[in-house]
Amino acid sequence: MKQRSLVFLFLINALVLPAQDIQFIKSGQIEQWKQADTDTVWVLNFWATWCAPCVAELPSFEKLNANYADQKVKVVLISTDFKREVETRVKSFVKKKKLKSQVVFMDESNPNNWIDLVSPEWSGAIPATLIISKSKNQYLFFEKQLSYEELETALRSVL
Amino acid sequence: MKKILALFTLAAALTAISFTLENPGVGYVVGDTARDFSLQNVDGKKVALADMKDAKGYIVVFTCNHCPYAIAYEDRIIELHKKYAPLGYPVVAINPNDKDVQPADSFENMKKRVKEKNIPYAYLYDQTQEIAKTYGATRTPHVYLLDKDRVVRYIGAIDDNSEDASAAKEKYVENAIDALRAGQEVAVKQTKAIGCGIKWSRAKSE
Repeated sequence: MKQRSLVFLFLINALVLPAQDIQFIKSGQIEQWKQADTDTVWVLNFWATWCAPCVAELPSFEKLNANYADQKVKVVLISTDFKREVETRVKSFVKKKKLKSQVVFMDESNPNNWIDLVSPEWSGAIPATLIISKSKNQYLFFEKQLSYEELETALRSVL
Repeated sequence: MKKILALFTLAAALTAISFTLENPGVGYVVGDTARDFSLQNVDGKKVALADMKDAKGYIVVFTCNHCPYAIAYEDRIIELHKKYAPLGYPVVAINPNDKDVQPADSFENMKKRVKEKNIPYAYLYDQTQEIAKTYGATRTPHVYLLDKDRVVRYIGAIDDNSEDASAAKEKYVENAIDALRAGQEVAVKQTKAIGCGIKWSRAKSE
């Protein structure tokens, strides 16, 4: 009986618990991540719900987030969807895919003002990923779809 | 000591040069002379820049059918053509995406899109992706504004707001053409924008 009510509670929770809130960030956040004096390694992925190669590589980021949860590694999925679709399309996507990594929205209307802050190498095409390791003083940038192996190899090189 | 330093600088410079040469994604920078091409238009005919005898320049736009950023800009690209083609600056749109990677960007679907939207400019299919690679296009939409000698005068975004045309403050392409027409230096020569990565064919990339 006790077990059954636990299962029931779990189900209720799963149904009622809201998807994670999507925080809006400004371009200054990129600078903060790059300059913060911390031993946390940031894995920043730029994506959009409609971008097929982005969606295809999301499980790799989720896996990395889970596998390195006990280390100082933070995965942040930075959405570049349209602002009017954050509350609808992006939110329901995050919920449907049960994304555990933190999802934020880049609330800037002109990408020309912040793409170079991420990396001068970046042309603006997504998917794109920046790994920041302040303790190793390394920034690794990729403008392509990454496999889990590529992602983990990159991360390990700066841990 | 000075000699060592000089050698070191030289070595660093050479490394930088070889890196640039080995990187195939570099493409054109402002000031380069762009190559002409002969690509199939949606009406089945081949189109080359040299065919446009009266052109004073060309608004070459790498774009496609499926990408939401490209779709968001479609009406603005049509407006650019309507405004500037009569002044000698036609839009020449090129779809560089591999149809096996993104079926929505097939030639058949390009034809459909042109019909649906009454697209007035040439919409060409870069089936081998050679032109996109040579130009250095990486995303859609991605603009290369050429003058009549095919010298690249501007590379980048159409304006500074992809989501909302009415909120765009800086119209980069229009400003660049207006400068060319006035015989002035283009003020903003290069911009970046978020776009859908070009869908390179699987055989040629990983």
